[in-house]
Order: sequence, then structure tokens, then C-alpha cells
Amino acid sequence: MTLIFDAMLCALTLGVALATVLGCGVFRTIVFFVVYGLLLSVAWVRLDAVDVALAEAAIGAGLTGVLFLAAFGKLTRIGVEAEPSPKRFHLPAALGCIGLSGAMAWAWFALPEPHRPTPDLSDALPRAGVENPVTAVLLNFRAWDTLLEGTVLLAALIGLWILTRDEDWHHRLGRLQHVRSGGVMESFGRLLPPVGTLVGVYLIYIGADQPGGAFQGGTVLAAVGLIAALAGLLRPPRITECSWRMALVAGPLVFLGAGVAGEVFGVGFLTLPGSIAEGAIFIIEVALGLSIAVTLALLVIGPPEGGDSE
Amino acid sequence: MTSPTLYALTGAALIGIGFYGLIEAQHLLRRVITFNLIGSGLFVFLGAVGARNDGFDPIPQALIITGIVVALSASALAVGLVVAHSRASGRATFPEEDEDA
Amino acid sequence: MSALAAVLVLPLAGALFAVALSGRATRIVALAASAGTLAAALALAASVISHGTLRLEVGGWAPPVGIVLEADGLSIAMIVMTAFVMVAASLSACHMLAPEAAGPRVAFGFWPLMLLLWTALNAVFLSRDLFNLYVGIELLSLAAIGLVALEGKAAALSAAIRYMIFALAGSLLYLAGLVLVYAAHGALDIGLLADRMPAETDALALALMTAGLMAKTALFPFHVWLPPAHGGAAAPASAMLSGLVPKASFIILLRLWFEVMPDRAAGEALTLMAALGIAAVVWGSVGALVQIRMKLIVAYSTVAQIGYLFLFFPLAGGASAEQPWAGGAWNGMVFFAVSHGLAKAAMFIAVGQWMSVRGSDRLDEMRGFASAMPMTAFAFVLASITIVGLPPSGGFTAKYLIMTSAFAAGQWFWGLVMAGGGLLAAAYLYRPVAEIFARADIPALPVPSRVWQVVPLFLACAAVALGIASSAPFELLTMGRPQAAEDGL
Repeated sequence: MTLIFDAMLCALTLGVALATVLGCGVFRTIVFFVVYGLLLSVAWVRLDAVDVALAEAAIGAGLTGVLFLAAFGKLTRIGVEAEPSPKRFHLPAALGCIGLSGAMAWAWFALPEPHRPTPDLSDALPRAGVENPVTAVLLNFRAWDTLLEGTVLLAALIGLWILTRDEDWHHRLGRLQHVRSGGVMESFGRLLPPVGTLVGVYLIYIGADQPGGAFQGGTVLAAVGLIAALAGLLRPPRITECSWRMALVAGPLVFLGAGVAGEVFGVGFLTLPGSIAEGAIFIIEVALGLSIAVTLALLVIGPPEGGDSE
Repeated sequence: MTSPTLYALTGAALIGIGFYGLIEAQHLLRRVITFNLIGSGLFVFLGAVGARNDGFDPIPQALIITGIVVALSASALAVGLVVAHSRASGRATFPEEDEDA
Repeated sequence: MSALAAVLVLPLAGALFAVALSGRATRIVALAASAGTLAAALALAASVISHGTLRLEVGGWAPPVGIVLEADGLSIAMIVMTAFVMVAASLSACHMLAPEAAGPRVAFGFWPLMLLLWTALNAVFLSRDLFNLYVGIELLSLAAIGLVALEGKAAALSAAIRYMIFALAGSLLYLAGLVLVYAAHGALDIGLLADRMPAETDALALALMTAGLMAKTALFPFHVWLPPAHGGAAAPASAMLSGLVPKASFIILLRLWFEVMPDRAAGEALTLMAALGIAAVVWGSVGALVQIRMKLIVAYSTVAQIGYLFLFFPLAGGASAEQPWAGGAWNGMVFFAVSHGLAKAAMFIAVGQWMSVRGSDRLDEMRGFASAMPMTAFAFVLASITIVGLPPSGGFTAKYLIMTSAFAAGQWFWGLVMAGGGLLAAAYLYRPVAEIFARADIPALPVPSRVWQVVPLFLACAAVALGIASSAPFELLTMGRPQAAEDGL
């Protein structure tokens, strides 16, 4: 029974993916991509990976989709042609890609059976300080990966900011938003942020023991910030404003600080001894969640575009 | 055929679909979107790997979450580059790839 | 704090503070972080020399639960080279990319990106976990792309996009191989994987990862993104991009082929890699010959020099692994990587200094360089000596080692390629050097002070010094050589 559900879900996902690739028009591609992301979230639940489902829905489908829509809007405003000449069907490329898929599929069946060795986490998990195994891996066992990952986000933001034109450097990020009073956007701006903030904070808090965590919660908070900005309630900062930049680096700094503290106190780099692990992870998650929220929101808002009077 | 196998094959197919989209797309924004397709197909494959055995393996899930965030970072920078390039050059494709040029 | 952790913590902390602060404070923090990381790198090298390979299990978790960082001879050679190049790039950025000269945007963006690049490089050189290497390489690529785009003009943006496409495609291919490795073996640690039971999917995984890493290392035919990217970026950025960034993905290739899956190193595959290397040498050299801009000449030279690195594979991999010449080839390759990094960075900084004075890097505007800035001009010449491979430079030592190893192995063809490549390098570097030293009547220009001119000279001298004082580094390099290559020449 569940197999039929899975089969239908996979077929639908593949169909939407094909529509994304073959569809006419960039806007249609983006919309299909968001739908694809949501279908993938369901697939993740079916694969027993709820943390990933949350991350995919929030980041993969939601935030990435908004990113693409915003970019499409900017390109349209610049006046760049939406789509060049009609596409031909590249037979050799198609065959190559079928070959690639076939190779991966063959690899699946060629994997060693029956026991793919699973890393044995059973005696490490109780010492990790958190109940959620995925959080344990992310923030304790493989914390160095997660710290680097937070740094990747920051690098992308800096890279994005330096794309500003020199004359726009001192303007506010993104574009000035004009919101019709009494309209839908204004109502959303009043109703959604409180709900969103609650959900986001809850996700960060609960991540230690249940599916959730800094990335998922931080993304929801970023979305709240974006809605507030779109509704005209919040004005994006300028790059030159120090306080916002401190918010950006606060999370990674706290994380790095925990790592250095481990060195200083002799337990080792990024080591969280069992007794303090729970508290330390909580503090790191909160700081990281805050920084992620600010970073993601600013990533979507983009570099300053000038054109506003301040 | 079991559930993980189904998802693994879907992931493999998504990788191929994404790569085809990457090769034949001319609009740069489309290219960025197809990169995300390929990446997510890979993640689905990895997720199926994680679900393969009876035990619960959180490591692939952590890897996938990290991968999703890294993919977003790269997409954001790519999108910014495309917009900046279009503003500077007036087009959203690479000049030598225009069919009608 | 242990030097191993310091070498990662300092540039990262520096980057974070550089973003949070602004203006002069950013520059001070960045320079302090550079100095600190250099000190940590030297301390780490000293520690490894006296105590052998250093190992750190991050978080106290052993693999397969956690990630391991390890500093062996190869790592510290790369880390120390990186530190020298980075400090030189920082110093040259102080005057070339000062806010008064380049604007607040460039002055803001350069320091965090540079420090993030440094963090990523050190992370890759030390990591023993395949997925951690992936995240490190992603950070490296994003920071590098930022540095290419920093220049701001349409050409730079176009070069950055092309770089991005290749870098992302490379990452995805690497990730695909990584997924297969984890699927088959349940581990990502290089040490654990070295002891694995071979699986059928390993060949496919290795092929995918290699293809991805080749794209990132700009090996022919994946090199098209490199010349516009390195030729268009600001000089301090190009110094880092050309001298250091391709080395990171190359190191991962080495770890894969010599430690993780040496059993998959079939003779044909190794020969194919070397063949692509030869194509890179030829293509890059010919490309350099026809350029009229100095930075593009130097960038194409990088394409050629990267090709040499791949000639090493058939000499030390597969069937050659247990032979006595493998050790010599390994040493030669590392010498080559280090001396190329130093020399290439020196070249870019020297050209950059001239550009900041003259306004252009066209060959016909190079006249008068030597009389105006003799130290910088001399730096360029010394660096050229290393690139061409003339004695007594580090480049010569590297070529000598690889050529003797090639002849000992009976694979004399690679030796001929190295010799031929040296001739080609002399050909494309002849014109720039001739122009630099040609007399010209140009009005006196406001040249940078001697203090700044020393920077590229120091790097170039270091590259030459490697050749003169090569016995000490030899000792160093024996640590971390794959077990099979233990017997040297």
C-alpha cells in the first residue's frame, strides 16, 4: 500500500522535474521548481527524515524559490529578454544524461549486500547531550562541518554584497518597497510575523530533542523578516551599518568561541564534554539560529540597488 | 522493489534530468535552477542509502541538511552574479551561446 | 591553543571580525590575523618536523562518528606556502586596494573574502573526511568567485559566472562520487576507507570525484574558466587564486588516488591523466605565447603549470607505487606545487604593482618597468626562472626530481615533456622579461615605495631558496608520503 503511495509520489516528482527543465519561460520553471521542492519534502518524510523534510521545505523549496522569484523580478526590471530562441532537443546530451542516470541506478544495485556497514553511534549518542540524533551529528559529532557551513553562508553574502555598483554602496539593501495600504501585503505583514516568529523560535528550541533545529527555525525567522520587509514594516539595513553585521557573525563567533574554549580548557577543539553538552548546544543553536535568520534574509534581499531617495 | 530502491531510482533519474537541463539551458537563471535539481536528486539518492538498512542512520540526514544549506548559498551567489552581469552587459545569457547571434 | 587548531581558528576569527568591524579596524584585524596564522603555520610545521604527523579528532569523536584533522608533511608544506603567499597578498593589498585607491566596496570585500579563502585552504589541507573536504572546497570556491567578481567590470562578472558554473558542476560530480563511497562503505574518513573491502561501485565513484576535482583544478579540457578569471581579478586576488586555489583540489585528488583507493589506480587511467596534463602544458604555453596582456600571460602559464602536476600520476601511482622512483616523483611534485605557488604569486603581485603605476598591463607598456621599480622587476625575473625551471630554483629541483624518476621508471616520455615544457615556458616568458628590461623614455612615475616592492621579491627569493636549500624540505616531505612510496631514489 505504502509502496503505491511512494510510486505515485516519485512519478509526480519526476513529472514536475521534467516540467521544470522542459517548460517554456523562466517564471514557469521557477514555479514548478517550488512545487518540486514541496513534493521532495513529502518524500523526505517517507524516507523517515523529518529534519531534512523541514529543511527542504523551508530552505530548498521556500527560500530558494523566493530567491529565484526575486531574481526574475530584477531581471525583468533590467529589461533583459526572458528567454532566447526556442530550444532544440540535444540528442547526444540526452543520451549522455540517460547514461549518467543509468550509471547511478546500476551503482545502487551494485552496492554491497546485505550489510552496508552503518556507523555505530549507539554509544556516542547518549553522550551527545541531545535526544535528536541528527542534531547530535550536526552540532556535536560533526560540528566542524556545521561551523564551516555557517561560514559558507557568510561567504555567499559577502560575495553578493561586493556585486553592488560602486555608486550604490551606501544605499539600503534591496529595493524600496511600495505597499498599498489596506492591501493583502499589508494584512499579511500584520498577521504572519507573530505566528512565524513563534514557529521559528519553537523550531530552534525543540531541535535538540525533536526534528527541528537552528537551520530550520532560522529559515522561518528569515521568512518573517522578509515578509516584514516586503510589507514595508522593516527597512533593510545598509551594508555600512555595524549592528546588523555583528548579528551576522554572532552565531559563527559563538560556535567558534565554544571550539576555542574547548582548546583553552584542555578538552580539545570543538569538544563538548557530556556534562555541559546540552547547555552548550542550546546556546550555540540559539546564536546560530539568529545569525542564520539574518544571513538568509539578507541573502534574499540582495545587494543595494540604489534608486531610492535615501 | 522496496521503498528506498524506488527513491534511489528517482534520485538517479533526477540527476540525469537536471544535467540535461543544465546542458540545454541558455538562460543563466535556468542553469542555476538545474544545478539545484541535480543536487537535490543526489540528496534523495543519499537519503535512500540512509534508509536502506533497518537501523536509523542520522549521518546521511545531517550531510543532506548541510548540503541543502551549501546549495542555497551557492544559488544565492549565482543568482546575484547573474543579475549583476545582466545589469552590466544587458543580457542573461553568454554571448557565444546565442543561437541567433 | 594547539597550532593545528590555531591555523584554522585564526583566519576564521579574523574573517568574522573583519565583517563585523569596518574601515581601518577591518584592515588591522585582517593583518593581525594574517600574521597570527603565519606564526601558527610555522609553529605547526616545527611541531610536525619534531614529532611526526599530528592528528586531531575534532570533538573527541573518533571516525566514523567524528571528523579527523591531520597534519602530515604534505599538509604543512602546503600550509606554510599558503601562509607566505597570503601574507604577501595582504601586504600588497594594503597599498593596491586601499580605500582611497579602490573604493569602499573593494576595501570592504577583499579582507573577509581573503581570510575565508585562507580558512578554506587550511581546512582542506588538514581534513581527513571526504564530506568535510566537500564543505571546505565549497567555501573555497565561493570565496574565490567573490574575489574574481570583486573587480566589478562586466568582463570580471562574466569570468566569475563561468568559474561558478565549472566550480558548481565540479562540486556536484565530487558529491556524486562521495555518495557512492558512503553507500558502499558507510564511512567518510580517509583512514577508514583505506582499509575497506573494495566494492564494485568504487571505480565509478573515483571517476566521478576525479572528474569533479579536475574541473576545479582547471585541468585541460576544463581549463577555460581560468585565464579570464585570474587575468581579470585584482593582482593580490590573482596571486592567491593562481598560486593556491588549484592546489587544494589537487591535494584532494592525491589523497583519493594514493590513500583511499590506490587499488583502483589502473595504468590506463593514470596515463589518461598525464595525457591531459601534457595537453594542458601545450595549450597553456601556446595560449601564453599569443597574449598581449601580462596578466593573461601569467594566467595561461598557470594552466600550463597545472598540467605538470598531473604528469606525476603515472610515476607514482598504480604499478609504480612500490618502485623506488615513486618517492622521488612524490618529492618532485610537492616541490613543484610549492615553488609554483610562490613564484606565480610573486609574478602577479609584481605585475599588479606595475599596473597600479602605469595603469595597464599590456606588453608594449612594460618598457621602463626595470628602471622605475628595479626590485619588483627583479622579482618577476626570479619568478620566471622558477617557472621555466632553471637552476638553482625550486622549479629546477622539482623538474630534476620528476625527470630522473621518469627515466628510472623507463617512462622517459614524461621527462621529455618536462624538458619541452621548460622550453615553451622560456619562450612565453622571454617577451615580458625583454620588455621589462628594455629602455624607454618615460616620465618619472610615482612608484610604490621600496617597502612594498620587497614583497614580491621575497616570494620569488623563497621559490629560488627552495632549490638551493632543498635537503631540509626533503626530510619534511617523507612524512605523509603514501606507505607505498617510502623508498626514495
